Amino acid sequence: MNKLILPAAPALLTRKAWTAFLVCLLAVGVLAPMLNLLVPAGSALHLSDYAIALIGKIMCYAICALAMDLIWGYTGILSLGHGLFFALGGYVMGMYLMRQIGRDGQYQSDLPDFMVFLDWKELPWHWLLSGSFAATLVLVVLVPGLIAAVFGFFAFRSRIKGVYFSIITQAMTFAAMLLFFRNETGFGGNNGFTDFKRILGMPLATPGMRMTLFVLTGMTLLGFFLFARWLVTSKYGRVLQAIRDAESRVMFSGYSPLPYKLSIWVISAVMCAVAGALYVPQVGIINPGEMSAANSIEIAVWAAVGGRATLVGPIVGAFLVNGAKSWLTVTAPEFWLYFLGALFIVVTLYLPNGVVGLLDKFKRKGGAA
Amino acid sequence: MKRWTTRWVTVFGLLLACNAHALTADEALGMAVGESDARIEALVKAAAKGDGKTAAYLQALTDDAVKLAAGKVLVVKDGQGLDPVTGEAVTVPEDAEDVMLNNRLRGEIDTALAALRLFSADVPQRRQAALALLKEPDASRQTILEKALAEEKDSAVLALVKQALAAAQLASESTDTRLQAVRTLAESSQPEVLLLLNLQLGQESDAAVQSALKLALGKVQDNLRWGERLGQLFTGISLGSILLLVALGLAITYGLMGVINMAHGELMMIGAYATYVVQVAFRNYLPGAFDYYLLAALPVAFVTSALVGALLERSILKHLYGRPLETLLATWGISLILMQAVRSLFGAQNVGVENPSWMSGSIQLMSNLQLPWNRVLIIGFAAAVLLGMALLIGKTRLGLFVRGVTQNRPMASCMGINTARIDTYAFALGSGIAGLAGCALSQVGNVGPDLGQSYIVDSFMVVVLGGVGQLAGTVYAALGLGLVNKLLEGWTGAVLAKIAVLVFIIVFIQKRPQGIFAMKGRSAEA
Repeated sequence: MNKLILPAAPALLTRKAWTAFLVCLLAVGVLAPMLNLLVPAGSALHLSDYAIALIGKIMCYAICALAMDLIWGYTGILSLGHGLFFALGGYVMGMYLMRQIGRDGQYQSDLPDFMVFLDWKELPWHWLLSGSFAATLVLVVLVPGLIAAVFGFFAFRSRIKGVYFSIITQAMTFAAMLLFFRNETGFGGNNGFTDFKRILGMPLATPGMRMTLFVLTGMTLLGFFLFARWLVTSKYGRVLQAIRDAESRVMFSGYSPLPYKLSIWVISAVMCAVAGALYVPQVGIINPGEMSAANSIEIAVWAAVGGRATLVGPIVGAFLVNGAKSWLTVTAPEFWLYFLGALFIVVTLYLPNGVVGLLDKFKRKGGAA
Repeated sequence: MKRWTTRWVTVFGLLLACNAHALTADEALGMAVGESDARIEALVKAAAKGDGKTAAYLQALTDDAVKLAAGKVLVVKDGQGLDPVTGEAVTVPEDAEDVMLNNRLRGEIDTALAALRLFSADVPQRRQAALALLKEPDASRQTILEKALAEEKDSAVLALVKQALAAAQLASESTDTRLQAVRTLAESSQPEVLLLLNLQLGQESDAAVQSALKLALGKVQDNLRWGERLGQLFTGISLGSILLLVALGLAITYGLMGVINMAHGELMMIGAYATYVVQVAFRNYLPGAFDYYLLAALPVAFVTSALVGALLERSILKHLYGRPLETLLATWGISLILMQAVRSLFGAQNVGVENPSWMSGSIQLMSNLQLPWNRVLIIGFAAAVLLGMALLIGKTRLGLFVRGVTQNRPMASCMGINTARIDTYAFALGSGIAGLAGCALSQVGNVGPDLGQSYIVDSFMVVVLGGVGQLAGTVYAALGLGLVNKLLEGWTGAVLAKIAVLVFIIVFIQKRPQGIFAMKGRSAEA
C-alpha cells in the first residue's frame, strides 16, 4: 500500500514576509510613539493625536476583518453577526470602565450614572465581576466565546449552511441589539456606556495612555496575524479549506466537520471580542448601534475588498475602506454611502480576490513579461 | 373652520328643539369669569335647564369664541360680535379680552354639552352624547337623563341612556336605587363601566350591593372579553398581512430564484416614494380626484419598482447567479446606493403620505373593538396580491416557465426556454410586488429612506421559516409570525415579543433547516 505523502507544510512566513512583518512591528511599537510623543507638534514628521486615534480604531477593525477572513475566507461560512461579538467584548470592557468612574460621575454615586437615573439601588448580578480588571479580561474572552460556542454548536450540528447561516446570524445580532436597547437589561439602554475616566486607576485621556493602548492594539493585531497564519498553514487549516471547497467530500473522507467549524467559529468570535475590548477605551463609547446589521455586513466587505483567504488582504481592506470612510465623511458626507455601495458591487463583480488578488495578478504579469 | 361651522349649525338646531327658560346675562357672565368653582356651579345650573341658547353659548366657550368687554360677555363669530343672551349683533370693542378656560372647566363644559345633545335629531349624535355621559357620570344630570329616557326612540341609544342614568345613580343614597343601577350596568359592554364599578366597589358599604357589584364586574368583563380577543386576533392578522406583502416578493426572488436580495426593502421604499409622488401630483393637478390617487399609485409603484428591479438584474445580479453570498453583499451595496439616492432626491426627512378619505376612520364592531379601515383594506389587498401571484405562477405560461427554470435550469433551457429572460421577468415581478407592498405600507407607516431597513430582517425570517420555493409556506409563516408576535406583545411587551420571535426562529431553523415546508427529493440538496 502506498503511503500517502502530504506536501510539506509551507513556512509560517517567507523571508520577505518576515522582513515586512518586522517593519510593521517597528512602525507600530517604536516609530509611531516616537513621532507622536517626541517629535514636536509643529514638525512635518509629527504624527497627530487624531491620526493615532484613527489608526488605533482602524487596527481594531482590522482584527475583526482578520477574524472574518478565518471564518469566511478560509472556511466559507459568511457570518453577518460578528458585530455582536465585537460589541460584547466592548460591553464587557465598558462595564469595567464604568465602574472605574467611581464617584466622579454626575450623581457622585458608586453606581454608574444610568442606574442612578433608573433609580436602581444596587448592581445587577451581571455587573458583579465588573470591578476587577483580571475578571474583565477573562470575561472578554469567555462571554462571547461561550455565546458563539452555544450558537455555533446548534447551528453546525443541524448543518445549517450558506445563506441560511448568514441570515440567522443576522437575526441573532438583531435580537441582541433590541435586548441591549432596553433599559432594564442593565446595559445603559440606547446611550450605552460613555464618559469613561480611567483604566486601572490611571486617567484615560493622557498621551501616554493613548499611546499604550495604540501599541497594545497594534501588537495584538500582529500577534493575531501570526496566529491566524499558523492556523491556516497547519493541517487544521487545510481541513478548513477543504470544508470550504467541498464539505461533503470532507465528510466522506472520514472527517466530522463539526469540531472544525465550531472551533474556528469560536476563535473568530473571540478575536472580534478582543478587538471590541481594545476599541472601547480608545473611542470612549459603546452603544447597541454597534450590533446593527449594517456594522456586521461592513466587516464582511473589509475582508472582501482586501481579498479573502489571504490574511493580509482583510487587514489592508480594513485600512482602505475605513481610511476612505473617515476621509469621505468629512469632505463629502453624501457620497460616502454611494462609494460604499459601489464598493460592494465592484468587489463582488470584478474583484473576487480583492485588492491583494489584483496586485498579485499585476506582479505575475510583470514577472512573465 | 369648516368643522367649526357645522358645530354651530347643530347647536342652533338644538336652539329650535328646546325653548324652555332662556339664558340670562348674569348666568352667561357667571360662567365666563370668577373662580373655577363658582363658574362650574353657574354652568351646572344653566345646563340643567337644557335650553338652546345655553348650548350655543357653551359651544362658543369651548371654541374660545367668547370675549369679555366692559363687564359683559359677547360671542365673536367670523369677526362679528353677537350678544349670547339676545342674539343681537354688537360691535366688538378694541379692548375685549379672551375668556380663559382651564382643563377642568373644559371637561365640565364638554359633559354639559353632551347632556344637551341628548335631544339632537341625529341618532349617532345622541349615541355619542349618551356614551360621553356614561363615561362621566354625575348625579346632577339625573333629571335630564330621565327626560331623555322618556323621549328616546332608538333602542340601542335607549340602552345607553339607561346605563348612563344607572351610572349617575350609582352614588345614590338609597340602597335599592344603587342595587338597581348596578344590575343595569351589568348588561353594559363599555370598557369604562369596569372602572366605574371598581370605583364604587371601593367605597360601597352595603353587603348586598357589594356582591351585586362583583357579579356585575364579572359580567361586564365577560362581555368585553370577546372584543379583546378579536382585537388581538385582528392586529395579529393585520401584521401578518403586512409581513405577507413584504415577503411575497422575496418569496419569488429568494424562494424561486435563489437570489438573496438585501435591496428588497429598498424596492419597497421606491414603491412608497412612487405613491408619494403620485399623491403630490394629484394634489397639484387633480385636487378633485385626490381620493382616488391611491388607485393610480398602485400601478405606478408596481412599474417603478419592477423597472428598477429589471435594471438591477440585467446589470448586476445576472453575473452572480449561483454565488449566493456574493449576491448578498452586492445587493446590500445596491440598497445603500438606493437609500442615499432617495435621500438626495427627497431629503433625509420622512415625507407625508395622506390616507384618502375612504381609508381613514374605522368600523366599530363592538364597544372595545374598532377595525381601522386602512388595516382592513390592507388585509384584503394582501389577499388579492397573493391570489394574483398564485394564479400567475400556477396558471400562466410565464409561471410555468418560472417553475421550470426553478426546478431544473439546464433542462428548461434544453426545452427552448430563454432562461436569462425568465430570470429578468421573475426578478422584475418580485420587485414589482415589493413596490406594491411599499404602496400599502405608505398607508400605515412612515415613508422615509429607512423604510426598507426596518422590514428586511422580518421578511427574511418569513421566507426562511416558510421554506424556500413555497408560496404556501410563506403565507403560513407570515400569518403565524404576525399572530404569535401580537399575542406575545400583549403579554410581554413589543420588544421582548420581537426578541422571543427571533429566538424562536433561530431555534426552529435548527430543527427544520429547510423551513416548515421542506422541498422533497433532489431539489432539496441545492
